Amino acid sequence: MAGTITVHLNKEASKRPEHVTESGPVRWILIAIALLFLGLIVVLPLLSIFVEAFKKGVGVYIDSIKDPDAMSALKLTLTTALIAVPLNTVFGIAAAWAISKFRFRGKNILITLIDLPFAVSPVISGMVYVLLFGAQGFLGPWLDDRGIQIIFALPGIVLATVFVTVPFVARELIPHMQAQGVQEEEAASSLGAKGWQIFWRVTLPNIKWGLLYGIILCNARAMGEFGAVSVVSGHIRGETNTLPLHIEILYNEYQFSASFAVASLLVMLAVVTLIVKSIVEWKSSSQH
Amino acid sequence: MKGSKPRNVLPGFGLSMGFTIFYLSVIVLIPLSAVLFKTFELSWPEFWKTVTSARVLAAYRVSFLTAFFAGLVNLVFGMLIAWVLVRYRFPGKKLIDSLVDLPFALPTAVAGIALTAIYAPNGWIGSYLAPLGIKVAYSPIGITIALIFIGLPFVVRTVQPVLQDLEKETEEAAVMLGAYRLRTFWKVILPELMPALVTGFAMAFARGIGEYGSVVFISGNMPLKTEITPLLIMTKLEQYDYAGATAIALVMLIVSFLMLLVINLLQWQMNRRTIAR
Repeated sequence: MAGTITVHLNKEASKRPEHVTESGPVRWILIAIALLFLGLIVVLPLLSIFVEAFKKGVGVYIDSIKDPDAMSALKLTLTTALIAVPLNTVFGIAAAWAISKFRFRGKNILITLIDLPFAVSPVISGMVYVLLFGAQGFLGPWLDDRGIQIIFALPGIVLATVFVTVPFVARELIPHMQAQGVQEEEAASSLGAKGWQIFWRVTLPNIKWGLLYGIILCNARAMGEFGAVSVVSGHIRGETNTLPLHIEILYNEYQFSASFAVASLLVMLAVVTLIVKSIVEWKSSSQH
Repeated sequence: MKGSKPRNVLPGFGLSMGFTIFYLSVIVLIPLSAVLFKTFELSWPEFWKTVTSARVLAAYRVSFLTAFFAGLVNLVFGMLIAWVLVRYRFPGKKLIDSLVDLPFALPTAVAGIALTAIYAPNGWIGSYLAPLGIKVAYSPIGITIALIFIGLPFVVRTVQPVLQDLEKETEEAAVMLGAYRLRTFWKVILPELMPALVTGFAMAFARGIGEYGSVVFISGNMPLKTEITPLLIMTKLEQYDYAGATAIALVMLIVSFLMLLVINLLQWQMNRRTIAR
């Protein structure tokens, strides 16, 4: 569900004849209410993060980020995303290719299954891996005999992150590729192009902006995931804490400034994600 | 399973489909089925006793009610924001449009601590509300506010495209028949927006009942009062009560599946309508 709908603002839409729009004052009142609501619900929290982060000065801010535990959390978060995002990108491209270029029965069911992780609570997403690989889990004793640790270690964190971010790339690509149809690929095929040639030379150039946005959104969620990772991580400081978990620990220890300082790193990630989204929308609307 | 005649010229169906099904099974379907198998370890009376205990029922109630109210608030304001973005021109519109997506992109834990900082009794807004006897953080109101934040983009982003495609002619016809603006809205525009509104509400609601990160900081986590269902599952897991946790989770999963089914059915219907045009 998240991020599956890309909207292009229609620049002409606001030029409406007088009789099918509201009078000036009504218009401005509605705009004011909308902006007030957005300010209160979205902008204020954003501002508060930076204000709280710098409350005790720039020194504390820098120290909180340079702290060894914070750095190891950052490293773990980057490692996790570096594994999870490429996996889901390959999956997203494969799923979108099958769904958009061919007709088969049960397509809607397949799309619903891809959406499943959006609908499942993050806590449950993490829990399923504890049930499978935890000490009391179905495969727990077998793994234990072989000295393999998945839960409370990197593999568990990666698995939970992959689960949560499965739909992002696929859901972004499917509408793009469906809208493009199959004519160009068929033309390439009739000219003798092979499967991978068709993909690299014809399909990929057409979907590159949608793909980029899918990847960046997938990455934002992978780096920011909290609930699912919290279940499988075990919260071992300096070892299995990702950035969001590190923020939680600092917050619960009343180190508010440090907590908000680390949080501000993730805010920047979110802002970069939104900027890329705007660029992608601008690029893809100027393409048409 | 092969495509209809004009479509099977393209290669790669077997490979892409095979990989898709394999990946989904390994990452999503088999792990999720573990919830079902683990619950089978409980007898029916044990299962029933777990999911109907006072604390669990209270958690379900908190989760469903707060998600419902947050969905209602988003229904009204989400529609208003979509309306303003589609129909009016004002400075900074592009920026405002991007800001709507912030809850999608911002990690939930970050949203959680930010909202708590604002609404705690000593926070930016909380300190003004506290003397009036209004407690936002550490109460169901706080949970609702967190879920409003999380759910807002769902409503805006489902209503926006429908509003954009709405034909001017129907509205003009209503005007010519002598309808006032407000009446046109109720009788002509709102019915057209209904499927999108219901879909957006359902998405926000489904996300709300499962939400964890943005809620745990602001909710106060008092059993029977402000304990949400995902947190209760987490608590049971930390106490190594895996069977109890999975029983509660199974009920949540069934609700989530049903919600997802409703949402997708609504979306297929909406797509068919837009294609029919």
